Amino acid sequence: MAKKISNSFSNKELLGFYEKMFLIRKFEEKAGQLYGAGKIGGFCHLYIGQEAVVTGILSSIQSEDTVVTSYRDHGHILARGVDPKYVMAELTGRKDGISKGKGGSMHMFSKANRFYGGHGIVGAQVPIGVGLAFAHKYRNEKKISRVYVGDGAMSNGQVFEAFNLASLWSLPVLFIIENNRYGMGTAVNRSAAGKDLYERATVFGVEGEKINGMDFFEVSQAAIRARDHIYENSMPYVIEMDTYRYRGHSMSDPATYRTKNEVNEMKSNDPLISMKNKLMKDFKIKEDEITDIEASIKKQIKEVEKFSLESPLPELNELFTEVYL
Amino acid sequence: MNILLPALSPTMEQGNLVKWLVKEGQQVNSGDILAEIETDKATMELDSPDDGIIQKIIVEEGTENIPVNSPIAVLKVEGEDEDSSSISIVEEKSTKNHANISNDIKSTSVSMSSIFNNQVADDKNWTEIEITMREALNNAIAEEMELDEDVFLLGEEVAEYDGAYKVTQGLLDKFGSKRVLDTPISEHGFTGLAIGAAMAGLKPICEFMTFNFSMQAIDQIINSAAKSLYMSGGEINVPIVFRGPNGAAARVAAQHSQCFVSWYSHIPGLIVVAPSNARDAKGLLKSSIRNPNPVIFLEHELLYKEKANVPSENDFLIPLGKANVINEGSDLTIIGFSMSVHRILSVLPEIQKLGLSPDIIDLRSIKPLDEECIYQSVKKTNRVVIVEDGWGNTSFGSHLSYLIQSNCFDYLDSEIIKVSGKDVPMPYAENLEALALPTKEEILSAVKKVTYKN
Repeated sequence: MAKKISNSFSNKELLGFYEKMFLIRKFEEKAGQLYGAGKIGGFCHLYIGQEAVVTGILSSIQSEDTVVTSYRDHGHILARGVDPKYVMAELTGRKDGISKGKGGSMHMFSKANRFYGGHGIVGAQVPIGVGLAFAHKYRNEKKISRVYVGDGAMSNGQVFEAFNLASLWSLPVLFIIENNRYGMGTAVNRSAAGKDLYERATVFGVEGEKINGMDFFEVSQAAIRARDHIYENSMPYVIEMDTYRYRGHSMSDPATYRTKNEVNEMKSNDPLISMKNKLMKDFKIKEDEITDIEASIKKQIKEVEKFSLESPLPELNELFTEVYL
Repeated sequence: MNILLPALSPTMEQGNLVKWLVKEGQQVNSGDILAEIETDKATMELDSPDDGIIQKIIVEEGTENIPVNSPIAVLKVEGEDEDSSSISIVEEKSTKNHANISNDIKSTSVSMSSIFNNQVADDKNWTEIEITMREALNNAIAEEMELDEDVFLLGEEVAEYDGAYKVTQGLLDKFGSKRVLDTPISEHGFTGLAIGAAMAGLKPICEFMTFNFSMQAIDQIINSAAKSLYMSGGEINVPIVFRGPNGAAARVAAQHSQCFVSWYSHIPGLIVVAPSNARDAKGLLKSSIRNPNPVIFLEHELLYKEKANVPSENDFLIPLGKANVINEGSDLTIIGFSMSVHRILSVLPEIQKLGLSPDIIDLRSIKPLDEECIYQSVKKTNRVVIVEDGWGNTSFGSHLSYLIQSNCFDYLDSEIIKVSGKDVPMPYAENLEALALPTKEEILSAVKKVTYKN
């Protein structure tokens, strides 16, 4: 498996993906700390543990492709290349935030980076993402819309409607089900009847598969398979990612619905550690190279933190702007 | 750096240190669990903010009621000064003084000037033909689709069936199945899809077979279409028109007979339009399609067959947010929109028989509202009757009477009377249905009351 991937990506590219994962991990840890310090308010859903999903998918994305996700969106907007300082400044509710402090953790967008949110209503991003795919097809663009959806949203009616429309109209969309096993505090087996969640799309003629979402290489291979399938068949595709969030649903969730053993077991499978080990073992990348990258990210996060706390609150006049264009 | 007791929920003010999982002198990595903290809700884990050595434990385990943000340990981070804490070192430049909001703020309301501006005046010598509102809407869609490749139409039965109410007749033949799409009966899904397409820059016209079915999709309309521009800091606009018949038709009973003017005009970020005649319908729909914001375009089934003289030029537009005074008078102001305008006009002869000449205002746009036109009229006539088909409870008409009394208080010579639909689900029986809507008698009686003609 490693050999096959090594044909696709140079060591430099692989290090780039590791760097992205590490950036997301450190960014989220910092966000958690700033929340604890009272600098971030409201709801704050961290992505720690799931980094291999968004980074593996990233390895298959063309820059013109579009992405849309739910409220757990910090990792996704960082993966799309938005400068983390603007994302953190949004979390602290400041003028320099990516949404000028008017959106917050759950509502971040970047047209320049083809990132269409950041949607706070469970499931709402799925028909929206199918609409992005509709626009790609309408304009004869060779683009794919990537739509992330959590396991919790998979019982939401509009998600089924979106699968139907995507298949019916042969739209270029990849559905990525991030099954982190709990929709807030409810385990998947207590909310979803039937077997695997991705089968909820296959009944509409959307082909798909379930994979280990804790491993960058497995995700990357599946993402590339999916991309090729969409290009070749002009049809949507679905991948269910078996993944895990280390933290609670949001910052104020003590996660008493799962055992410490379960969390520790999943942590022993950590996507960053396993990727790092593979880079050293299978790709002969020196540890120094990796630790240099880690050190520079840690330094960057300190600057990001500083920026996000020094940026002023939005001007009061901002209250009444951008309601209409 | 100091490790501070974190706030683990928005309401937490103090916590208990249940257990330390590290010792002084221990090497820790960023993200390692350092301690268990008990909050008002639960026991949570505290992770290390950085790589370093636990230099000192300040607060012993078992300590209760520790205030949030007080130091509980010291972490020695390599390359960092003894006393520096990356969190506390940064003094916030932004102050938390919210006291002077009303003094500091320059504007106290949403600017809709961009909607009012940039619109063509309706004053040319047009070539007019007499057509129905159904044809006028059809022409508006066809013209805008001709002019702009990004405009497309989707909805139930809009294509092969030619539209449930024949508004979209012939458009499939003209523009093909790429731009005129029959959807499944799947409002939540296709509305969300249309909004996503609009976010990507297309200009969908999303037809609801009737607006009653928009409730299936109301989350997408409000939470996605209306709010995205604001919550993206101006990044994502949603140029979309939601259109279809609204209000009570004839004998279709409770679930298919209701007016959504009050519902949608409540929402910041939406434009709401409700034309009463074919001419306005064409000009307003074309303006709506060209507008970069989400527009709720409320038609009325019973008016589809009504004819008017309508300009056939494709640059004929009626500006959004401009009311039309359809009868000029001096004794009172009667305000309506869509179907209620016709109810008002049907009692005009009897009003005139009383020796009264009313200003009759057809609002055309509910949001933005042409307040200037309304206040100008009220300041002239000093008496107001509002007629709306929708339920009167917390209605648009109620808000309108508030606006009038607060802006024209010194000019009013009488109470404002609002004639609304009755506060009941729409009944099926013909006589009860007629009674549930504003009646001629009620309008006339309101007119008499505000003019003291009783």
